[in-house]
Amino acid sequence: MQTYDLQANSLRELNAALHAQTADTNQTAWEIVNPRGSHAIAVGLDAPIEVEVKGSTGYYCAGMNKQATVHVHGSAGPGVAENMMSGTVVIEGDASQYAGATGHGGLLVIKGNASSRCGISMKGIDIVVHGNVGHMSAFMAQSGNLVVCGDAGDALGDSIYEARLFVRGSVKSLGADCIEKEMRPEHLDILRDLLERAGSDAKPEEFKRYGSARQLYNFKVDNAY
Amino acid sequence: MCGIVGLFLKDKALEPQLGALLTDMLITMTDRGPDSAGIAIYGNEDRAASKLTVQAEDGDTAFDGLADRLGAAIDGEVSLSRNDTHAVLTVPAGKAEAARAALREIAPDVRIMSFGDTLEIYKEVGLPKDVADRFGLSSMSGTHGIGHTRMATESAVTTLGAHPFNTGSDQCLVHNGSLSNHNSLRRKLQREGIHIETQNDTEVGAAYLTWKMQNGATLGEALEASLDDLDGFFNFVVGTKDGFGVVRDPIACKPAVMAETDQYVAFGSEYRALVNLPGIENARVWEPEPATVYFWTHAEASNPNKKAA
Repeated sequence: MQTYDLQANSLRELNAALHAQTADTNQTAWEIVNPRGSHAIAVGLDAPIEVEVKGSTGYYCAGMNKQATVHVHGSAGPGVAENMMSGTVVIEGDASQYAGATGHGGLLVIKGNASSRCGISMKGIDIVVHGNVGHMSAFMAQSGNLVVCGDAGDALGDSIYEARLFVRGSVKSLGADCIEKEMRPEHLDILRDLLERAGSDAKPEEFKRYGSARQLYNFKVDNAY
Repeated sequence: MCGIVGLFLKDKALEPQLGALLTDMLITMTDRGPDSAGIAIYGNEDRAASKLTVQAEDGDTAFDGLADRLGAAIDGEVSLSRNDTHAVLTVPAGKAEAARAALREIAPDVRIMSFGDTLEIYKEVGLPKDVADRFGLSSMSGTHGIGHTRMATESAVTTLGAHPFNTGSDQCLVHNGSLSNHNSLRRKLQREGIHIETQNDTEVGAAYLTWKMQNGATLGEALEASLDDLDGFFNFVVGTKDGFGVVRDPIACKPAVMAETDQYVAFGSEYRALVNLPGIENARVWEPEPATVYFWTHAEASNPNKKAA
């Protein structure tokens, strides 16, 4: 286990050390203490390593992540796991605005609530929020799955392209071109798998599915689910 | 981009540390706003006196004999305590409004930063650390305070463009964001007879609240109305004699974090600003909801939905 104290050492050194890890590294377990809300902790990782952050983080934690598992034992500031490509990011507390924005792949789990614009412009990432999400979540979402075990705020899925939105609680309002859709067996399977991987005991049958009415963008059949 | 910090103490034992805690929070927000900084601090009340904070480019000249001249103008005893480019004028209780009017006549080169019973406002251009040092902010005590670090986007980097803004007796406002309808609103408010000094957007936001309250609105109502009448992005943190309030525009793209313990309620643009507060590890930490007015007071009687005096 490599332990790194962000109060004693620089963020740049930490990220450089994490970037230096390769696919066959032996240093697979990292612990970051005293994050104190710093920005850009563990961004741009590209190795199968596990990073435990012991506290709350500021802007852009675990952005652009590939392969790595980043686990924040606290809350995360704006833009956590922004543009994630693969791997797993778990936030034990809450996440601020635009969590998982533009993410292409991987799994983002938020055990608390996510605020506004969660999954904005998501492009293939899977996001599971144990609590609620704020307004304009999944705005212009293109692909991937957003699972909300609590409630969704105003304008869910506004201007959505193709992405699956699953909400267990209430939806304050749906955004333009976002509608409720039928839950078919294949959707329940996707949901069951995501909930299990995200450590949620919610039942897939309790959720409703929302998606694109496909009236707002120039629909191409290749995009269809 | 700007940084806001605020601290409202519930535990009187922390009052001597208010300035030190706020200064630390303010300096942490330097990279959100390195061009100017300011602080509004609510000290302990002296029931026999009210006060004004004033600022002048050339304090040696402007403050010389000012207390005597002001005393003669308002027919009461006035004392002046200088603090760098600022000075606090102490006037008999209830004479702050009269002193404010008199100062515009007898000392037009002196800028009035604040007036009221307990509020003092200090602000200048420069790094937050340097601004805090020149005024000795860290040694100040009080019940609550608000600080701001500015990165100007809408108007010039000047002392008068720095925050906090005084919106009425013992009231102040700081802002993170940018108002897009400030020019038309400034013209409207000026037609209504409201005095606006600069091209700054936040000054218009402050003048708007003042105008609303002059026309009978409570602070809470004025803040609610701002959600309809102000266009643009804003996180506002306001201070009153007994309280501390927060409102965010409906889009809420400007960051805000709050923390509450038995000892205090704190606001920060980022969590970073809060990490050195006592007991933060066990505080309730949350993000204020968009388009929602939050308010905390020491006394129930002074909630924002009651009219000030």
